[in-house]
Amino acid sequence: MIENYQAFDVGSPTGASVRLYPHLQYFWLGNFFATKILFYLCSQYTMQKRLILNPDLLSITINRLCHQLIENHSSFENTVLVGLQPRGSFLLDLIAPQLKILTGVEVTHGYLDSTFYRDDFRRRDIAPKAHETKMDFVVEDKDVILIDDVLFTGRSVRSAMDALLAFGRPNKVELLVLIDRKYTRDIPLAPNYVGKEVNTLAHQKVLVQLEPEKQNKVWLINEENDAA
Amino acid sequence: MTQLSQKHLLGIKDLTEKDIQLIFDTADTFKEVINRPIKKVPSLRDITIANVFFENSTRTRLSFELAEKRLSADVINFSASSSSVKKGETLLDTVNNILAMKVDMVVMRHASPGAPHFLSRHIDANIVNAGDGTHEHPTQALLDAYSIREKFGDVAGLKVAIIGDILHSRVAISNIFALQKLGAEVMVCGPNTLLPRHIKSLGVKVELDVFRALQWCDVANVLRIQLERQHIKYFPSLREYSLYFGINLQMLQKLDKEITIMHPGPINRGVELSSDVADSKHAIILDQVENGVATRMAVLYLLASQK
Repeated sequence: MIENYQAFDVGSPTGASVRLYPHLQYFWLGNFFATKILFYLCSQYTMQKRLILNPDLLSITINRLCHQLIENHSSFENTVLVGLQPRGSFLLDLIAPQLKILTGVEVTHGYLDSTFYRDDFRRRDIAPKAHETKMDFVVEDKDVILIDDVLFTGRSVRSAMDALLAFGRPNKVELLVLIDRKYTRDIPLAPNYVGKEVNTLAHQKVLVQLEPEKQNKVWLINEENDAA
Repeated sequence: MTQLSQKHLLGIKDLTEKDIQLIFDTADTFKEVINRPIKKVPSLRDITIANVFFENSTRTRLSFELAEKRLSADVINFSASSSSVKKGETLLDTVNNILAMKVDMVVMRHASPGAPHFLSRHIDANIVNAGDGTHEHPTQALLDAYSIREKFGDVAGLKVAIIGDILHSRVAISNIFALQKLGAEVMVCGPNTLLPRHIKSLGVKVELDVFRALQWCDVANVLRIQLERQHIKYFPSLREYSLYFGINLQMLQKLDKEITIMHPGPINRGVELSSDVADSKHAIILDQVENGVATRMAVLYLLASQK
């Protein structure tokens, strides 16, 4: 550019201004970075991660759900709990011991994987990974409580109900979820027991952390500008 | 990882260790499925699979067909003996005609090594090799390795001897690839005439004495003598083969450890295995058959999920 300035090269479109105001050639560069920084700050602001259930509140919620179950199923004689793999199982692992403390009985429970019953097989880019199904009982004539962490479109619950039929015809099926994302259902389906209702938009995400080695927490993640 | 690195299952040679582990993990879930009161899942309900067998088969074909039906796929069967192949149609034409009827996957057995590889270059559907001549039989190797994993927990570090007709066996080649990828040590054992000349280049041990092979190994995979592929005499008589290379219960009792006996079937009782071994607690031959359905379900499921 310095050479251009000396040789009065008029071939370049910015040639004239560069010749008159040599420092101006960096203006666009500076402007570019300024835009980037502004954009980064905006995205930081909008891509927030909001805690909606802290560990204390979550254990109170789980306790309440257990009491609601006891209210409807009293002795759990004919009731089985089924956790939907993979994430509903973590919730089941919190509820089952709590029920044992409250009622003194070990409630029959199992883990159900519904991967092979999903309706989006071959429609996704990446195949869903199958998890272990551990159901050492049949559900014939039983009252089944399906347990999942987040109810969103309802499609996984639909596939789980399909999968459940492979273990017999249940007397009754109920649904317990920790988080009910309202207004996002693709399928006419409603939960019987809800930990917390959350109004969300489609691009938002709910992150439930119930893994045994971590602290139990639930976040709402806003990914509005994440794609941009 | 939830996806195979390959579009077709042509041979174990093309698979990575991760692929094999993924197939095993998926097979675990299918094994649970086939032990349920209702043994069927609807995963492949919109997929049509053609079983194209240019060579005779009972076990593999039944196993594939059952696996396909347990996954709710639509199945059509084709065998060369009752088809237009006899009228002079080429392999590619035959398969293209089948595919024109909107078939998504082809399970193929053919007497010529490399036939499925040839097809894979010309057609779009997923191909599963169910045995190509004396080359590879990948699903058999997968179910063998899966059965070993089920029995011992892990394949890595185990010593596996493959005993019998190595020269004509596609099971042997695929097994060597699969076991080595999973970290096992492999030995082949048989009459010198039935060992391929350059088999050592695959990195396997070679042993001519069957008792020494049994002493070395944790698992013995015993193969059938494939008389139908032997156009010249490789050993004097079956009786002599069975005297020198047959495995009987006395031999197993003489060992200072317990070993596991496997056989891909069909067994020629009294030739490579005596009846008392085949029916003993050492043998996991029928477990292999059960695992065959689960591993084939896993392979079909994983290949079908790619589209």
